Amino acid sequence: MAASFGRGAMTNHWKDFKNSDMFLVVGANPAEAHPCGWRWAYRARDERGAKIIHVDPRYTRTSATADVYAPIRAGTDVAFFNGLINYVLDNELYHEEYVRQHTNASFIVAESFSFDEGVFSGYDEAVRGYDTSTWDYEYEKAAAEAGEDSTGDERPPATGSGESAVDPRGFVRTDDTLQDPRSVFQLLKEHVSRYTPEVVSEITGIPEEKFLEIAELWGSTGAPDRVGAMVYAVGLTHHVTGLQMIRSLGMLQLLLGNVGRTGGGVNAERGHANIQGNTDNAISWEILPGYLGIPRPGMETLDDYIEQVPAKQLAMNSLNFFGSRYRDFLVSLQKAFFGDAATEANDWAYDWIPKPAENSSWLTAHNEALQNRLQGLIAFGFHNPAVGPDTNRVLQSLSNLKWLVAMDPLPTAASEFWRAPGVEPDQVDTEVFFLPCTHWIEKDGAFTNSGRWAQWKWKALEPEGEIKDDHWVLAQLYLGLRDLYEEEDGAFPDPILGLAWPYSDPGHPPLEELAKEMNGRNIETGEQLSTFADLKSDGTTLSGNWIYAGSWTEEGNQMARRNNDDPTGMGFHHEWAWSWPLNRRVLYNRASADENGRPWDPRRPGIQWNGSLWVGDVPDFPPDEAPDVGTGAFIMTGEGVGRLFAPGGLTNDGPFPEHYEPTEAPVENAVPQGRREHPTAFFYDGARESFAPAGGDFPYVATTYRITEHEHYVTQHVPYLVETQPDFFVELDPDLAAEKGIANGSQVRVRSMRGEVEGVAMVTKRMRPLRLGRSKIVHQIGIPVHWSYVGGKARAKSNANLLTPYIGDSNVRTPEFKGFLVDIEAV
Amino acid sequence: MPINRRDFLKLTGATATGAAYAAFGFDLAPAYAQARSLKIDRATEVRSVCPYCAVGCSMIAYVTGHQAANTKPTLVHIEGDPDSPINEGTLCPKGASTMQLALGGSAERALRPKYRAPGADEWQDMSWDEALERITRLVKDTRDDTFEETDDDGNTVNRQRGFAFTGGATQSNEEGYLAAKLMRALGTVYIEQQARV
Ligand code: SF4
Repeated sequence: MAASFGRGAMTNHWKDFKNSDMFLVVGANPAEAHPCGWRWAYRARDERGAKIIHVDPRYTRTSATADVYAPIRAGTDVAFFNGLINYVLDNELYHEEYVRQHTNASFIVAESFSFDEGVFSGYDEAVRGYDTSTWDYEYEKAAAEAGEDSTGDERPPATGSGESAVDPRGFVRTDDTLQDPRSVFQLLKEHVSRYTPEVVSEITGIPEEKFLEIAELWGSTGAPDRVGAMVYAVGLTHHVTGLQMIRSLGMLQLLLGNVGRTGGGVNAERGHANIQGNTDNAISWEILPGYLGIPRPGMETLDDYIEQVPAKQLAMNSLNFFGSRYRDFLVSLQKAFFGDAATEANDWAYDWIPKPAENSSWLTAHNEALQNRLQGLIAFGFHNPAVGPDTNRVLQSLSNLKWLVAMDPLPTAASEFWRAPGVEPDQVDTEVFFLPCTHWIEKDGAFTNSGRWAQWKWKALEPEGEIKDDHWVLAQLYLGLRDLYEEEDGAFPDPILGLAWPYSDPGHPPLEELAKEMNGRNIETGEQLSTFADLKSDGTTLSGNWIYAGSWTEEGNQMARRNNDDPTGMGFHHEWAWSWPLNRRVLYNRASADENGRPWDPRRPGIQWNGSLWVGDVPDFPPDEAPDVGTGAFIMTGEGVGRLFAPGGLTNDGPFPEHYEPTEAPVENAVPQGRREHPTAFFYDGARESFAPAGGDFPYVATTYRITEHEHYVTQHVPYLVETQPDFFVELDPDLAAEKGIANGSQVRVRSMRGEVEGVAMVTKRMRPLRLGRSKIVHQIGIPVHWSYVGGKARAKSNANLLTPYIGDSNVRTPEFKGFLVDIEAV
Repeated sequence: MPINRRDFLKLTGATATGAAYAAFGFDLAPAYAQARSLKIDRATEVRSVCPYCAVGCSMIAYVTGHQAANTKPTLVHIEGDPDSPINEGTLCPKGASTMQLALGGSAERALRPKYRAPGADEWQDMSWDEALERITRLVKDTRDDTFEETDDDGNTVNRQRGFAFTGGATQSNEEGYLAAKLMRALGTVYIEQQARV
């Protein structure tokens, strides 16, 4: 999503669903996975006649309450969305004024960009990678001209005080008529023209009439006074084309004018209580807190980093807020991390930030263990083998470790891996520690929900026995290490000895103090900041996570607020808890209004210009800047607008989304001029041999999913929930069951190239055979996760991830859990 | 007359149940209403948030003996918080059974650290002191053993590739922030949580 709008988070929030006219739910099952949030969609349906469209491999409880349901072959969503984009452009259903004003449709693309036979320009088959510099815009000045200029006018990198670095070639050329054949608009039209309803149907298995019905319905939200909310979950991201799926649905929303508006947006529903919060805090290899990019080798100084990482201002009207303030945010982060040890003289301790060599994702880390290059692992409330993919491979990788530390309230698939089925404990030399940690209810602290609301919770209970807080353990580890590095030699002790640890109880830092440190303060006055606008790059401010600035101000803990008034009636609830950034409830909300600052739909204003100020939601825009100044609505991008074309290195697999088949697929790619295999998918050592070819022994498409009664693996410790969903099961359609002689309720075995599972067969019409093109029939098998060898009923040991392939999305390596090949038989 | 939620419960309990049992010629309503109010009457309401999915439903934990002298707090009930603009008092089956998560699993919940030696087929108890001392030593040795100040091209990288840190989606922001701060200071590059898996 960052590639489309500049930030990676749900743009709207749960209650905002009440403002929608329509929902397009793809790769998600909110009626079961997020029931209490999804109530707001029913509210919209009951009160304003909103329609719900559900597209998913399985017919679920979400489908049961939808107006339109279409089954889809797992892993083909890019084709579906590109087909919708094509339909919307062809039938001129897009929101024209919005597209002109708030997207890069009018930007001219450089001649170096092209697309042919399924690959974009700059592709090198030998390294399976792109030279992404060919995916660029055309600028006011040619590069040669710019080179001459810059000799006379050395432009320093952005100072961080709000001054934007401008590309030396000047701003991007545009064509406001959108007619130039090299404009983003025309190139996009050409790119998606191959995705006709017939082609989409052949790839996805959605009957053509059904696809047209959906396209017409969803296209109707392009009318300025209508708005639709896109809803998705891991069903989309869990594919080798995951990032492009999100790109494609984001682009569709931009074309229909649905981004930044109440009742609209792009809404990722996340599975864990605080997955959003601790993504914000950068427990994620490629970022630092607040989505600052991790520096890469070769960026030797802070200047190098500021020169290369933040966006440049690409258009006259672009505020480029993030790009222009990057240095302020990074230096303030370094002050929070390293305090007095980060000085101007040592480049704010920039050298102390580790610089990863390459992709350091989940898949890479476990592969490093498999190759005997990793020695240890800390599992901080994590069930590594059950989470997978390819559980057997993960079990082997953990068995190769010297040590493993599991921190959790309850036993996990990580802490017990050495006695998992098929593992011989005496063959496992790993030292394993289980550190009993507190439950959520035994400590304070904030959880940030999918809608970016950070809500404080209070400690209710004392832990039993010697159970300790997670942060107590981290602090003890730190203090122990600091002592050791003081006493004896060791590698590069500077960042450890220099780490700021100013907590009143160093061995058990109060969470309030950590929350205040995340918010940030003025170091000279000691005052808590109320906005990141006040952060500076001169070392006088600190902030552990700039997007949380405003969460704990001089007025106190804003996340603990409990006033549920809703004066605008739009469900913003600005005094209930706090949402990042700056308590804004809908991101990019400048786009909810036209060029004069009037809401596209006056009944559902996001923000509007009252003559001197933007009012309504907290504006995602300078609050007193008049609309006639013409500043772009998307202040987080260098373009100032939403991106229909994502230039340069924003992705590594293309500026436009393109459908490729899942790594394991039963068919060839039916897109004209398409290519079967994803051009930049990364194959780990030996993993390729564990993938099944089309037409082989594994003819059925399998997809994994979650059910309402369980949350991942922890609920196997909750007896009520184990009782309601006691056993591992497998869903298959009646035709396939008849063909295979499988009776409902009997035991079945499902095998992939990587492993096998056994469980109860649920033969159900909720699974449907799909017809691809004229003749090909594909059966799909649904396999819920949630069971492993820990907790629950002793006999339910099958884990869906024994089957899944060890491959990830080409950009961030999110594993491909949702579309792979299996065989099934009666036991 | 302002009626708070608890009074409201008593009132509806009294009328509805009263009518039902009156048909059988006896009336248990007062007894039921009494039992109902006793359970949470002396309890403190502590506001929490559901630990499961990212809807972020607010919940009320009813705790007796909360922050009182010489008593151990006891959880008597968890329910949805009607004040929340998100869930308005509702909870799904998972949220509604969080009391069992909080109290339960207790048979399986270890009260002190456990250690499994190389090749062993069972856990043994270990004190916190011993566990922390051993872990700290392993972390330091691994870091020292694998630390790279520069890469093959001579770039400053200051990273350790000897151990990984995974998880965090179930911990609060503050705990996650502390983890990120500490892990980056140790030079950790393999750092991931549940966002992708
Ligand atoms: S009660 Fe259910 S819907 Fe609400 S946060 Fe918990 S798991 Fe999610």
